[in-house]
Amino acid sequence: MTRLAAFSILISLAFATTAAPNAPQAFKLDNGLTLIVQEDHRAPVVVSQLWYKTGASYEHAGITGISHLLEHMMFKGTNKHGPGEFSRLIAQEGGRENAFTGRDYTAYFQRLEKSRLGVALALEADRMQYLRLDGAELEKERQVVLEERRLRTEDNPRALTSEGFYATAFQTSPYRHPIIGWQQDIQAIGINDLRAWYQRWYAPDNAVLVIAGDVDTSAIRALAAHHFGTIPATTTVPVVTHEEVPQRGAKRLQVAAPARLPYLLLGYKSPSLKTAAEPWEAYALTVLASILDGDDSSRLARELVRGSEIAASASASYSLYQRLDSLLVLSAIPAPSIGMPALEQALRAQVARLRNALVNERELARIKTQVIASNVYERDSIFYQAMQLGMLETVGLGWQRRDEFVAGISTITAAQVQAVARKYLRPEYATVAVLKPQKMAGNQHGE
Amino acid sequence: MESKRNGTPTAWRALFITSLLLLSGTARALPTIEHWQTAHGARVLFVAAPELPMVDLSVVFDAGSARDGDRPGTARFTNALLMEGAGGLDSDRIAERFSELGARVSTWSERDMAGLDTRTLSNPAQLEATISLVSLILQRPDFPPQAVARVRKQMLTALENDKQSPGSRGSKAFYRQLYGAHPYGSPPGGTPAALEQLQRGDLEIFHARYYSAANALISIVGDLSRSEAEALAEKLASTLPASAAASTLTQVPEVIEAQAQHISHPSSQAHVLLGQRGMRRGDPDYFPLYVGNHILGGNGLNSLISKEVREKRGLAYSAYSYFLPMRVAGPFLIGLQTRHGQENKAIAVLMKTLQNFVRNGPDEEALEAAKQNLIGGFALRLDSNKKILGYLRMIGFYRLPLDYLARFSQNIRELSVEKVRDAFQRRVHPEHLLQMVVGPVGNEQPKQP
Repeated sequence: MTRLAAFSILISLAFATTAAPNAPQAFKLDNGLTLIVQEDHRAPVVVSQLWYKTGASYEHAGITGISHLLEHMMFKGTNKHGPGEFSRLIAQEGGRENAFTGRDYTAYFQRLEKSRLGVALALEADRMQYLRLDGAELEKERQVVLEERRLRTEDNPRALTSEGFYATAFQTSPYRHPIIGWQQDIQAIGINDLRAWYQRWYAPDNAVLVIAGDVDTSAIRALAAHHFGTIPATTTVPVVTHEEVPQRGAKRLQVAAPARLPYLLLGYKSPSLKTAAEPWEAYALTVLASILDGDDSSRLARELVRGSEIAASASASYSLYQRLDSLLVLSAIPAPSIGMPALEQALRAQVARLRNALVNERELARIKTQVIASNVYERDSIFYQAMQLGMLETVGLGWQRRDEFVAGISTITAAQVQAVARKYLRPEYATVAVLKPQKMAGNQHGE
Repeated sequence: MESKRNGTPTAWRALFITSLLLLSGTARALPTIEHWQTAHGARVLFVAAPELPMVDLSVVFDAGSARDGDRPGTARFTNALLMEGAGGLDSDRIAERFSELGARVSTWSERDMAGLDTRTLSNPAQLEATISLVSLILQRPDFPPQAVARVRKQMLTALENDKQSPGSRGSKAFYRQLYGAHPYGSPPGGTPAALEQLQRGDLEIFHARYYSAANALISIVGDLSRSEAEALAEKLASTLPASAAASTLTQVPEVIEAQAQHISHPSSQAHVLLGQRGMRRGDPDYFPLYVGNHILGGNGLNSLISKEVREKRGLAYSAYSYFLPMRVAGPFLIGLQTRHGQENKAIAVLMKTLQNFVRNGPDEEALEAAKQNLIGGFALRLDSNKKILGYLRMIGFYRLPLDYLARFSQNIRELSVEKVRDAFQRRVHPEHLLQMVVGPVGNEQPKQP
């Protein structure tokens, strides 16, 4: 069996399996709530995700972290239910629930046996309208969020470096703020700030409800209308987003923190699928990131971790689905006895090669093969399927774009990869952050 | 998970299943597990899942760090070398080949198990080529000297990485202290001294001893028939080393002496772990302990520990407890992270919550809520091929009854407050806990902020 034969089998297979039965359907209620239903009958379960179009990128200096803090407060009760009651009621139905805040969205989810969905929708509709924001509860929850920040960021040297990196790379874009917020802001946000944030964004016309699982679309449509249909729309005032000002020259940051291993981040401003002048540019950037770090056969693993043994680990990332311009980021931990200048030079050489030479057809074919296979593998998780739909909708691309992805990647040529490398991976758009380990006292016990 | 074919599919059986589906709706909660042994003695568990054109495969050996002997890291070092060269193919070629096939292959090792997981498309050409390469990797690893040297360095770097994380430091010290000279005391990532000592020959010996058919469990979930699964398993097992199954692990006494350690770390938080030796897989007290812990600290924000520590007092973001059942008594652990300075207060809250729970057991209402949650949410445990594969691995490796999933809800339904309290009073000993704290010591200036 030749490689090319394998590839064409994969293509026909993937296109066959992404056909109609799995296609989501979307509706809009009169009050503006968007409903997306994805039927998947493999198991008698359902996922409900309620997405609000607000998040860290809607915030401004002084109230950073407010979306995330409000997400925590959404579990503190309504006029009808006491604090913690939401979680208790879902648990009683056999459900699991949680929430997450991103740069471009805040989302609440439940996973349930399929017959229990109504309970979740009733509770979500309740807290969309009647959240009780109580000062004493806020003070306790503020401490919880500060502990969360210490756990995830303050005591994690690479996370701390990454936070500084984004704050440096972006000058005016709200992507410069950490999603959890700066510590002083978490400490300063008041109950009235939270009330205003809730009033402003938590409304049916600013929400997307995604239901996936063993359900009947028309029944879900009726159920959603029953629970959410009477909630009045509010006119959501669009946020004024500060676009990123053009970068004039490279930026460099050093972060000193107690650590044992140095770390390097190298990033380049790049458009997302939402902001790209031509969609192919975003797909080409996705391919480019995969050329560097798609799997173990990609360049960073093959050449820097194995080949030259310069890096102990190395990766590349790019976020296609974002509301605003994105960063293409290379990051690495040096192998023992390798200096940071050598590591940086090796990463920059990888970037230069993408600019100067066409990627070869075999590399390109492997990435397309992996993308098509992933498209099958992803369907093993209904939660992931719902995530993709909700994310596409809330960043403003529209859920329909999901099914463009495979075709979008499949048409990318080596010349297009080189074109985006030349256009966006330019030394003058680069930001470098280096973690400089500070001595840590007291590593004992023969660790 | 959806309908499973049973045994050898025949036309009448297919018809019968179709009518069942029509009667019961399309989706069913319980997978049908089939099992057999290959000609060379590898055990196989299989669930047919024809809905998606893919196959998940996990090959697991009783070859975790519990088999390290006196050189910690041997098991993981060996496991990490599998993908680094086999049958004359080098690591680049192996990675490239899997990539071309659209397959995802990864290796991993913990205390009890070491394994290799594969996800591949199910069309015959893809599947066969992927399985051939997986077989080669398991059967004929080359342990190329240069890769051995590099992986050694990568493992040493991973140890350095652990040292900069208060969570990792706490967890490692906790296991070392809890299990001492018992095989579970051997850190899976190894120690610098042992990693420096280990040579290529040691890894070859470990592979020949433990990566045998008799020591293997093959779990398969996916779009293939029983006969296809049988052929696949034969191919994987047929030329594995011929050594015997690993010997029985030494039991470990449950009760320990109360002890406390504080490891100095320049963090803003103190990481707290409290615990003891807990239970094994298949333990007769498994269900009362599991459900009791669900109430105590295993059900997120609804658990007693989270309510006391987080909801009432805002002392931590994450506060939990769990049993980790293993081949022999795996740990029972309670943990949280809190700003330096308030760790003693937080530990006091944990201790009081635990003592109350052990003394009184859960109240009726809490037990009822836990039952509703676990039984009502049973379907969520099995709603993807990946999750079903995880259960096959657990059931097979620890030799749990094949009706484990079928009886799960019934085992929970029949628990009472008395049974849970009785199990906790016999098995959990608040006065004999190991306490591990990682963070600034005493009045040490915590790191800002």
